[in-house]
Amino acid sequence: MIEPIIYELGRPGRTGIDLPACDVPESPLPRELLRDDLDLPEVSQLDVMRHYVRLSQMNYGVDVGMYPLGSCTMKYNPKINEDIARLPGFGSTHPLQPEATVQGNLQLLFEMQQALAELSGFDAVSLQPAAGAHGELAGVLMIRAYHASRGDTQRQVMLIPDSAHGTNPASTTMAGFRPIELPSDPRGNVDLTELAKHLNDDLAGMMLTNPNTLGLFDEQITQISNMVHAAGGLMYGDGANFNAMMGIAKPADLGFDVMHFNLHKTFATPHGGGGPGSGPVGATVTLAPFLPGPIAQRIDEADDPADTHRHGYHLQMPSRSIGRLKAFHGNYGVIVRAYAYIRSLGAAGLRQASEMAVLNANYVQTKLQDVLPLPYDRTCAHECVLQGIVDGADSIHALDISKRLIDHGFHPPTNYFPLIVPEALMIEPTETESLETLDSYCSAVRRIAKEAIDSPELLHNAPSSAPVGRLDEVRAARQLRLRWLPASKSNADDR
Amino acid sequence: MTYIPHTPEQLAQMLKTVGVDSTDRLFDVIPQEHRFPDLDLPPALSEPELADVFRQLSEQNDDLDHATSFLGAGAYHHYIPSIVGHVVSRSELYTAYTPYQPEVSQGTLQAIFEYQSMICALTGMDACNASHYDGATALAESIITTIAAGRGRRRQVVMAPSVHPQYRQVCASYTSGMDVDIATAGNPRATPETLLSMVDNQTACLIVQSPDYFGRIHDLAPVASALHDMGALLVVVTHPISLGLLKPPGGQGADIVVGDGQPLGNPLAFGGPHLGFFGCTKSLVRRMSGRLVGETVDDGGNRGYVLTLSTREQHIRRGKASSNICTNQGLNALAAAVYLSVMGKQGLAQVARLCYHKAHHAATLINRVAGFSAEMDHPFFNEFTVECPCDATDLCARIYDQAGIVAGYPLKPDFPDLANQLLVCVTEVNSSEQIAALAGALAEATA
Repeated sequence: MIEPIIYELGRPGRTGIDLPACDVPESPLPRELLRDDLDLPEVSQLDVMRHYVRLSQMNYGVDVGMYPLGSCTMKYNPKINEDIARLPGFGSTHPLQPEATVQGNLQLLFEMQQALAELSGFDAVSLQPAAGAHGELAGVLMIRAYHASRGDTQRQVMLIPDSAHGTNPASTTMAGFRPIELPSDPRGNVDLTELAKHLNDDLAGMMLTNPNTLGLFDEQITQISNMVHAAGGLMYGDGANFNAMMGIAKPADLGFDVMHFNLHKTFATPHGGGGPGSGPVGATVTLAPFLPGPIAQRIDEADDPADTHRHGYHLQMPSRSIGRLKAFHGNYGVIVRAYAYIRSLGAAGLRQASEMAVLNANYVQTKLQDVLPLPYDRTCAHECVLQGIVDGADSIHALDISKRLIDHGFHPPTNYFPLIVPEALMIEPTETESLETLDSYCSAVRRIAKEAIDSPELLHNAPSSAPVGRLDEVRAARQLRLRWLPASKSNADDR
Repeated sequence: MTYIPHTPEQLAQMLKTVGVDSTDRLFDVIPQEHRFPDLDLPPALSEPELADVFRQLSEQNDDLDHATSFLGAGAYHHYIPSIVGHVVSRSELYTAYTPYQPEVSQGTLQAIFEYQSMICALTGMDACNASHYDGATALAESIITTIAAGRGRRRQVVMAPSVHPQYRQVCASYTSGMDVDIATAGNPRATPETLLSMVDNQTACLIVQSPDYFGRIHDLAPVASALHDMGALLVVVTHPISLGLLKPPGGQGADIVVGDGQPLGNPLAFGGPHLGFFGCTKSLVRRMSGRLVGETVDDGGNRGYVLTLSTREQHIRRGKASSNICTNQGLNALAAAVYLSVMGKQGLAQVARLCYHKAHHAATLINRVAGFSAEMDHPFFNEFTVECPCDATDLCARIYDQAGIVAGYPLKPDFPDLANQLLVCVTEVNSSEQIAALAGALAEATA
């Protein structure tokens, strides 16, 4: 199935919209500053709609079927939350309107900060960061500012386990710190002997995902936090896997000083084909003054009995803030959806969501561990990591199993991550998948394992049912084509 | 509502399969003293209750569908064709994630490829990435790109003071841990040419905005050429709607063009989610941050699309990546692509002309009000500053109370010396009557 590029559907002179005529006197245009051409598509409105509907039919989303992409928490995105975010009071307010005219928005920001603080045990939360990696940058900059405020400028080392997301070392470097990779022990925990070697005056802190990307809760979390703190370091929590933690444990209680949330994962906001996300950061009282801002505050009679004009919700920069990380107030529309999710589940519902996410992952792990190797045989958290290796089918790789899953109607799991597990298949079913769906997913994997031995070409040639076959990624990088050009120009552009 | 489908019987069956007698046992690894803490959260709401609570909360805001507004300053109220909302509501598109599996993500990938193509056309650049969080973060990332392009030897940035104040703040935060010096001029209205004197052999780039924060359009070609002679790069922040009318920065010698794509079909949404666009010249492609979609072929020789040049990115390069960015603003980029498709060549030019004429009409009317002076000496697009006879913040509050009009954005919070100055923005959604009402309200509030 090939869909033309939108430009290829056009004809000169066509347009998809009409606008009101100019109802004011026209002013002279500055001739020397005007452009002479504008190469945009010229298409009818129906062309545009059919084009994007056809593109959507070439896509797989959570609403199409199970999407167990490990580490991404592809749970159901409740439709009511979409409707709520589009209410004009939320969708059609300008970020620079006077505070008195957006008290509802500021109240929502304030209540969301409170809810995330309650779930995590932190003292304050900033909703500024737009994604998980953005929250990481915030957290590492806060740790940097904290050490600098104490004159501890030699603390430049951030410890990061080898199972961590690539964003952790990348954020560390962006914040001007030096990442040092820590190996994991045979049970998938942080290797404490290795950790002990880095506990000195250079230590700024440690970034830890817990449960980690092996889908395992670190069995020595309290010891790790204590060791890092005793050496003067701070604990950064990567909240990518918070879907296993709601109502189960508060990261602040486990010794984390600062953590980001991924609202698009844990709190059921749609992933949008790559974003938008939202990555709020929470911090203990020690780090709270350094949070990025502004953040929402409530001033009521108890705070200022005299000045009634000040009562209400306001935006304020924390006292020693690392500053702004984004224009305006974070990805507000995402925050609205996530807060609606929190309000619909409530405390018991959120805990139940985490419990069922963990149960579903353990169910899949149990059902598959006799056909695919399980590198760490422990109770898993909200995701399980298996290996795409089939006994008696040496030519089969994790990627082949993944591509064959597409033919069976499923989205593949995450491949080749975490990096420390050869042929990793990281499966995160999420709590919103039913037993029937989990069973059919497990049956598909079992059938594929059998196919791997009986007819491996089915896997090597997969997918056969997708709109396109396997794509040549090497060619894409070598013969770089990053934009459409008419046939006459495109050959010249190849290099 | 938890959206959990398991029946009690199924739950029992699953626990048995896993080999535990209750879900609590799945969490034995959590230190007991911290396991299952109490959560003090508001009670769960059914769907109708939820709808009601949030409707009430939303009604605590004065939305711009029901008010007259001349607010801009980085977020713009434009008409969004109905089709944009319909396309971004296709759940095959909005419930997908980053297209790591290209065979089942051709919809997302082709849409991004088309977005890249249209942004290149609009800005006049060779390549464009799949989006940043917003214009401010795209600008901050451009600093990292220009420093890498100078192989780290040039570590100074010259920033025009007429770049959006929040963008400048974000650049300062982003680079606070890096060995980078950002210099700027004291006079907020310093033009790009006058900043050239601050550029030397340590300068990685000069950052200018056009139309700038005060609305003024700058001729960039002479600046670009002088800058390139000194071995530095030109980064331009721009307003995408203005490019329906104005010369693209790429054609004037810009090395990187960034901006906020919100005006292209994305709602204001109290400031986000918007999107940052980022375009660059061919020579900078391998140093740019963010995701890129490239064209290729499948095993049958058919055209298809994949994420490409991933070796720049954090999931491959980890601590040595060009940026930490992972999740971007994909759905907002899709909205921008649909907007640019449906508006097309003629529609975008028409919107840009409407903004231009209406803003100039508004400035002319305001100039006739006693005590007010709109800055019209320098060419401008759809925003301009107005010198008021009194504190602009107080004036705006009075006008909102008296006439229900948001008159503009007072410059005082960011420029304390400009307390009487108001930044006024006019777009195609502002009618001739609204513009007359604004001028009338200014007169009345100062009578």
